Amino acid sequence: MIAHVQVEGLALMRGERTLLDGFALTLAAGEAVALAGANGTGKTSLLRAIAGLLPPTAGTIAFSDASGGEIPPEDAIARDAHLLGHQDGLKLSHTAGEEALFQARWTGGDAASARAACERLGLGALRGLEVRKLSAGQRRRLALARLLASPRRLWLLDEPLAPLDQGQRTGFGAVMAEHLAAGGLILAAAHDPLPVPARTVEIGG
Amino acid sequence: MIPALLNPERFMAFSRWAAPMLGLIALVLALGGLGLDFAAPPDRHQGYSVHIMFIHVPAAIMSEVAYVCMGVAAFLSLVFRQVLATAAARAAAPLGAGLALLALVTGSLWGRPTWGTYWVWDPRLTSELVLFLFYAGVMALELAIDDEARAARAAAILALVGLIDLPIVHFSVTWWNSLHQGSSLTTPGALPGVYLTPLLMMVLAYLAGFGALWLVRIRAEVWRRRAGALALRGAAA
Amino acid sequence: MSAFALILRREFGLSFAGGGGPALAIGFFLAMAALLPLVVGAEPGRLAAVAPGFAWLVLALASLLSLERMFERDYEDGSLDLLALGPAPLEVIALAKGLAQWLSTTAPLAVFAPLVAIGLGAAPSLAPISIAAGLVGGVSFAFLGGVGAALSLGSRRGGILTALIVLPLFTPPVIFGAGAIDACAAHLDWTTPLLLLAAYSLAALALCPFAMAAAARNALS
Repeated sequence: MIAHVQVEGLALMRGERTLLDGFALTLAAGEAVALAGANGTGKTSLLRAIAGLLPPTAGTIAFSDASGGEIPPEDAIARDAHLLGHQDGLKLSHTAGEEALFQARWTGGDAASARAACERLGLGALRGLEVRKLSAGQRRRLALARLLASPRRLWLLDEPLAPLDQGQRTGFGAVMAEHLAAGGLILAAAHDPLPVPARTVEIGG
Repeated sequence: MIPALLNPERFMAFSRWAAPMLGLIALVLALGGLGLDFAAPPDRHQGYSVHIMFIHVPAAIMSEVAYVCMGVAAFLSLVFRQVLATAAARAAAPLGAGLALLALVTGSLWGRPTWGTYWVWDPRLTSELVLFLFYAGVMALELAIDDEARAARAAAILALVGLIDLPIVHFSVTWWNSLHQGSSLTTPGALPGVYLTPLLMMVLAYLAGFGALWLVRIRAEVWRRRAGALALRGAAA
Repeated sequence: MSAFALILRREFGLSFAGGGGPALAIGFFLAMAALLPLVVGAEPGRLAAVAPGFAWLVLALASLLSLERMFERDYEDGSLDLLALGPAPLEVIALAKGLAQWLSTTAPLAVFAPLVAIGLGAAPSLAPISIAAGLVGGVSFAFLGGVGAALSLGSRRGGILTALIVLPLFTPPVIFGAGAIDACAAHLDWTTPLLLLAAYSLAALALCPFAMAAAARNALS
């Protein structure tokens, strides 16, 4: 179980452009960090690098558990991290319930937890509908459902709440607070302030 | 020598004298080979068209060697992520494709007097055609992806897949040809000794020539990247 | 349910969504079959001689058609990110995608193709060998096609680029499959080419997932 993320001396490139150089970040259990910065400065790339999708050109990303023991990155990512990107990763032809079920099962949850997550996020009545019939906000909440349905400690979120209204954001803020209280870690890139207390880290500039 | 060559600075110093020297060797060998070729008596079966053999056969051989070189460079670029390896793989592709095309055209011209047509599905020519298509695929893939690093990696993966598939293609085409008793480009039996020496010289000439051109293209690639990096730094300042 | 079974079931289900699985490829097949007599002339002898080989070739081409849904859809809607962070490595996911492609497209075509060949005048006795070659060779087409599909992710030319990459790789299975069908027609040994085809397909099944995964990782980076 991830309890600590340490990023040191990280350098990231996108094509020929250097996005980050000598970047450092620490994230501990119960902490939320908000990444701030203009578009294109590397927030998404940083999240993807920690998720193991974008190999850095220099530096290290280390995961450790509560007793300080190191967790190999592949294991950490495959079992204990959620990545929620700009896109929802939903198949339009499937129903909301089917998608929630697959995403939950794929990331370590089950049918019961998927159903409970949908209920919690106000999607209970929509589970039988095809995803193509849902609004942007509903699809986003459906994508967020897997965070609840599968107990993974590290949440890497890229503009998670963009299409949600204020009431829904506050609601999800409660979810995030519970996650942090249980020892979870949140690293989020967001233009608007997060609905939980978070340390801000500037990217770029 | 290979690890030393993987360092860009040392490579540039090495290739500065190596490339022209290889070019000179290539020129000398080619002149010698062709000279011996024209000095030799015309072949009993093929007459004067046998001269094309001295252009065609080395081209065909080198097009395969070039693919192996490209494949090895691709492997090194994927595993070690060395900039030079990536440059080498990218530089080799058009050279190899050109050699394959030369082999195809000269093979067709060579066949014309012998069979009366410009093309037959001889196993070697067919394999050469497929090899050319492999090259075309690698180059097309690299051109079609905008992100340079990703494009190079994708092309490298494809080059390796092609490298593994190439022997199988040869085998399958030869097997198919043996079933259908198609005609073969080279007459059976050993090549007369008087042809062997100039042919060998031409093969070595092509090898040296490829080496020279390859080094030159890699140098050009290194310069291009340096210029690009400078431009970006200048824009950011 | 194991991770592999989960992803295989999903991929298979998705292959039939939005267009009914092999329906499109079968439609392409019929269209090509309709064109052949127009090109070759309708005299039965000529048509019958060409039909089995033609059906085999169109099978290879038709399996190129549905390649874009192997990876491109997931890449576009963000599902590939989710899959990459799951319990199964990308190689296993690639294996599942290749199998789903075979089950939903090339295998049905393999059964359908001989019918078309017979319609064009081929001898019905060739149907069993055509089906066998189609089923076995279909594995090669699906997995090699998958490599092409994964490599052209994020490229500007998509379908036709994939075809250019993949068709030269198809050369051995096309030769072996056609060889088996031809040998059967001439009452010669068809077991050798069929075994060669099987060997190639097994190699493709074993090795292509690694290339597909490497290509997918490259596209995600």
